[in-house]
Amino acid sequence: MENEELIAQVQTRFPEASIVLGNDFPEVSIDSKQLLPVLQTLKTEPSLAFNFLFCETCVDWKTHFTMVYHLESTTHRHNLVIKANLDRVQPEIETACHLYRAAELHEREIFDLFGIIFTNHPHLRRILLTDDWVGYPLRKDYDDPINMIKL
Amino acid sequence: MFEQVSANNNGELVINVGPQHPATHGVLHLLITLHGETVTKLEPNLGYIHRSIEKMCESLSYRQFIYTTSRMDYLSSHINNHACALGVEKAMQIEIPERAEYIRVLMSELTRLASHQLWWGAMAMDLGALSPFFYAFREREVINDIMEETCGARLTMNYFVPGGVMYDIHPNFVKRVKDFIVLFKSKIAEYDELVTGNVIFQNRMKNIGIISKEDAISYGCTGPTARGSGVSCDVRKNYPYSIYKNVQFDEVLEYGCDAFSRYQVRIKEMYQSVRIIEQLIDQIPEGEFQAKTKAVIKLPKGEFYTRVETARGELGVYIVSEGGTTPYRIKFRSPGFSNLSALEHMVKGHKIGDLVAIMGVLDLVIPDIDR
Repeated sequence: MENEELIAQVQTRFPEASIVLGNDFPEVSIDSKQLLPVLQTLKTEPSLAFNFLFCETCVDWKTHFTMVYHLESTTHRHNLVIKANLDRVQPEIETACHLYRAAELHEREIFDLFGIIFTNHPHLRRILLTDDWVGYPLRKDYDDPINMIKL
Repeated sequence: MFEQVSANNNGELVINVGPQHPATHGVLHLLITLHGETVTKLEPNLGYIHRSIEKMCESLSYRQFIYTTSRMDYLSSHINNHACALGVEKAMQIEIPERAEYIRVLMSELTRLASHQLWWGAMAMDLGALSPFFYAFREREVINDIMEETCGARLTMNYFVPGGVMYDIHPNFVKRVKDFIVLFKSKIAEYDELVTGNVIFQNRMKNIGIISKEDAISYGCTGPTARGSGVSCDVRKNYPYSIYKNVQFDEVLEYGCDAFSRYQVRIKEMYQSVRIIEQLIDQIPEGEFQAKTKAVIKLPKGEFYTRVETARGELGVYIVSEGGTTPYRIKFRSPGFSNLSALEHMVKGHKIGDLVAIMGVLDLVIPDIDR
């Protein structure tokens, strides 16, 4: 499906979402509470069939976090980006790992480096850093006077 | 600390494989729960070589950050560099000279060959056959020498820069690559003779590590791991970059879904890489090898996602730019990380000896997973 057609179809399904055509993919901004129903529809609807979560990450904007989900359909070969803003004080979002198994490790990594809480995740704990690590390194306000080299 | 061996209440044994274990090819640590000899649970414990490359990149310029990616998947360093260079070029809308495109694709395919050769040798070694390792390194050495002559390095190449390649190819490059292709074509039959057709090898590889097409997609597998289950996911075909759309080659798909299928995909990919190199080696156009770029690169505000096909699968580079000289955030979607997440699914219910075979064919590069 072409991008314009895809945007129109996604827009009719989710009227509250705001959709822009980014540099590479159409970007859909949704409310973080709507994540699971949106992903469920995108995955199961045959004309959309987004069955492949190829990238999941987070961006710290200092005032809030943005969760970014890159989706692809292996049948139709179209891509979509889902974005959801999270509160900085208590960042919490539903896990996507029951829909996409790939999310399980990605979400553990995001929890490890950003401190985002994924509710209903089967075993949310640190993955790359040691269990007793203090702080979340990829946050912009993280500071480590010993190990960080400032250029 | 992890106990070396501990027993749980169900009569199961929990043992550690790694972080120092020859079969994990690096510092990967797996916690395995065994019932008798059967694996019932597998849990990867990562981070032994985590350098936080993504955080480092936030303080490096768009020329510098490319070099950190050679240290991620060190076996496909050219291809990693390619992904980053493409991302910067796309954002800056730099047209790169055709000669540079040809050199890039040739280098990428040589890297893919070298990477698959190392995988083939190391995998056979994991299964107890030591000779293939030396056979593979015999040919890989020739590629490394070609690389050394042009790039000055044998492992972390750092040869691709935004706008083209760092310097022109060595005058001997074309001749030596041609010689290598002739040599390699006579030797690759040996690979099949030694390992592929071997009955002991086939018995160990067939019907283990089964992952269905749906599961492979759901786990985010890419590269030969997914193509062994019939998932068409070759970025060079589906989202052609550089000059791949002008090159004739086939996407290798196997439908066996087991470890042997994934093995066959990699072997057949070597033939395809040779095919690409043969088409391009005589066609390298004359001209510039690097486009003129500004000394200080500033990316426009926005988000840029680039993907390329490395030897292990799809590498994605997600750049978030605020308009400055350094990226605001960079995420590397590494193929190994997602492929590893499918390991438990593949291994469950198999014997511990099969774990080594399944892992060997997954071709994990740990710095790529830990970043």
